[in-house]
Amino acid sequence: MTDADPVRLYRTVRLIRRFEERAVELVHGGQIVGGIHPYLGQEGIAAGVCAALGADDVLAGTHRGHGHVLARGADPARMLAELCGRVTGLNAGRGGSMHAADLSIGVLGANAIVGASGAIITGAVWAHRRRGRDTVGVSFFGDGAVNEGMLLEAFNLAALWRVPVLFVCENNGYATTMPVAGAVAGSIAGRAAAFDIPAVRVDGQDPETVRVAACAAVDRMRAGGGPELIEARTYRFDVHHTFEHAVRLDDYRPPDEVTRGRVRDPVRIQGERLADADRAAVDAEVEATLDAAVRFALDSPEPDPAEALTYLYASGLTARTGGG
Amino acid sequence: MPRLSYRRALTRALADELARDEAVFLLGEDVRVGASLVTTGLAKRFGAERVRDTPLSEQAFTSFATGAALAGLRPVVEFQIPSLLFLVFEQIVNHAHKFPLMTGGQCSVPVTYLVPGSGSRTGWAGQHSDHPYSLFAHVGVVTVVPATPADAYGLLVTAIRHDDPVVVFAPAGAMDVRDDVDDLTPVPLGRGRIHRFGDDVTVVAIGHLVHDALAVAEELADQVSVEVFDPRTLYPFDIDGLTESVARTGRLVVLDDGNRSCGMAAEIIASVVERVRLLAPPRRVTRPDGAVLPFAPALDRAVQPGRDQLATAIHLTLKDGS
Ligand SMILES: Cc1ncc(C[n+]2csc(CCOP(=O)(O)OP(=O)(O)O)c2C)c(N)n1
Ligand SMILES: [Mg+2]
Repeated sequence: MTDADPVRLYRTVRLIRRFEERAVELVHGGQIVGGIHPYLGQEGIAAGVCAALGADDVLAGTHRGHGHVLARGADPARMLAELCGRVTGLNAGRGGSMHAADLSIGVLGANAIVGASGAIITGAVWAHRRRGRDTVGVSFFGDGAVNEGMLLEAFNLAALWRVPVLFVCENNGYATTMPVAGAVAGSIAGRAAAFDIPAVRVDGQDPETVRVAACAAVDRMRAGGGPELIEARTYRFDVHHTFEHAVRLDDYRPPDEVTRGRVRDPVRIQGERLADADRAAVDAEVEATLDAAVRFALDSPEPDPAEALTYLYASGLTARTGGG
Repeated sequence: MPRLSYRRALTRALADELARDEAVFLLGEDVRVGASLVTTGLAKRFGAERVRDTPLSEQAFTSFATGAALAGLRPVVEFQIPSLLFLVFEQIVNHAHKFPLMTGGQCSVPVTYLVPGSGSRTGWAGQHSDHPYSLFAHVGVVTVVPATPADAYGLLVTAIRHDDPVVVFAPAGAMDVRDDVDDLTPVPLGRGRIHRFGDDVTVVAIGHLVHDALAVAEELADQVSVEVFDPRTLYPFDIDGLTESVARTGRLVVLDDGNRSCGMAAEIIASVVERVRLLAPPRRVTRPDGAVLPFAPALDRAVQPGRDQLATAIHLTLKDGS
């Protein structure tokens, strides 16, 4: 069920890269309100991990979540429409960047609460398996999340009940302005070891390396293994959140570190594995896809304020409004 | 008179208290760099020992603050996002709040929880846009929601000096308010403030909504005389001050950025009607029941209480009572 095609892997990282660059432009242009946490530089992780998944698998992401949703195969046009708050968006304009979800392909959503997704995905995988499916799950989280009790509690549940969840730590060196060295006692892999969860550290800048590690873990999990952890070392090429484009925080990342961090570029690394003509063809196709996505998003209607609370209750309960 | 922004007033209060009392220290995520733009410069001035960046471990550092308070310090804990209060509700309610009684009065827990940018920041959607002040008022934790720079300064200073836990909500909608402030002094807890005197109706407005209420009062000035009462502290509530106001105007409208059911507005109305015979049924303008702020800007606005709704509510109370 896994996808070893280098062209498709390249297409995924390239799609996420250009999607994010376009999204940043739309933030600056005011079409995306509230800003985004760009996934720029980290594309290889979502792409590599999702290439290891099958149709019945599920994942949950983070506040920096666009890459996970796109790598899993969500429609970029509906994803962009969501970021622009349109009714045609994945979440009908109700979720935005930090809550983008597509349940139809097993994306339980980006999540704005750091450390929250691990336990949710553990429960989802456990339930799918009880219902007879061969589901495995992926919980993406950052280096900051490994200090949240909730996530460590999820490690324990998954290991204890042998729920096949691949915990993927995207270690980009910082939680907002806090460096890993200032926040993490012990190590990230060591946290997994404490629960007897096998862990590997991989180069998150190489999409193929990530894919191979994820495939190996998924194979073991499908053969009856419990949860595993991949710590993918990476670097975020841009800001924590686009508000930093407007308000400059002090140099919490030394400028020369940023320069060095941006050298190993997952899009370039995977692109170099393709013949020039193949790469050019993918680039052109991605550009056309995103041109259409931007048009679709901006041409789509905004939701009607009278329907602000539609979907609040799945049961159909209607809430009292707040009016006079 | 120097002009001061609400945000800088908070910074000033933190700096003044850090300078005044060695027991005060600040704890939170990205407080060194000052990602909230409130703690900017404090680490440089007071050192990393007293302006401490934490890992993303809200539950642990909230109770860490409780422990430090039990040992004689006065921690100020900053939360970047209002919704993080849901995460640490256990630590605040079950521990910080309960220790004095449970220990038979052996201790106090003087912690301040500061939430810069509470409520909607437009575009931050469901998990970052809550305004859960009524929850803290409900459990009886001292809760303040300043509306102006002077009150932001004065209430934060008082919160830090107070011997029980205090939650300070600094609404996103007020952070950029600027005022001429000549005199920065502590503001007592539990004392409301009348921003505008009027004869026909008392509008109680909370936090940033005070500015909306004042704008509506001005707009309607030729039709109705509106008094604007800002409680400033939600718990303990200045019911005497409000009773005095409503006894004069005979009508009550509450403007509250919390959810409707079991919200502050409900509590305020109940407390007033227990004491005053109104000329017309009271009204409230709130978020809806169960509100989750939808992402799209127009929906986000639609779920928050607005000026038009307030104007309508004022007109309706006048009509009902005539
Ligand atoms: C529980 C919680 N605490 C704090 C925040 C505010 N916040 C959002 S992202 C972030 C940093 C997350 O760092 P990391 O997990 O390393 O992910 P990265 O942003 O580096 O991708 C913080 C502190 C939050 N959203 N949720
Ligand atoms: Mg990180």
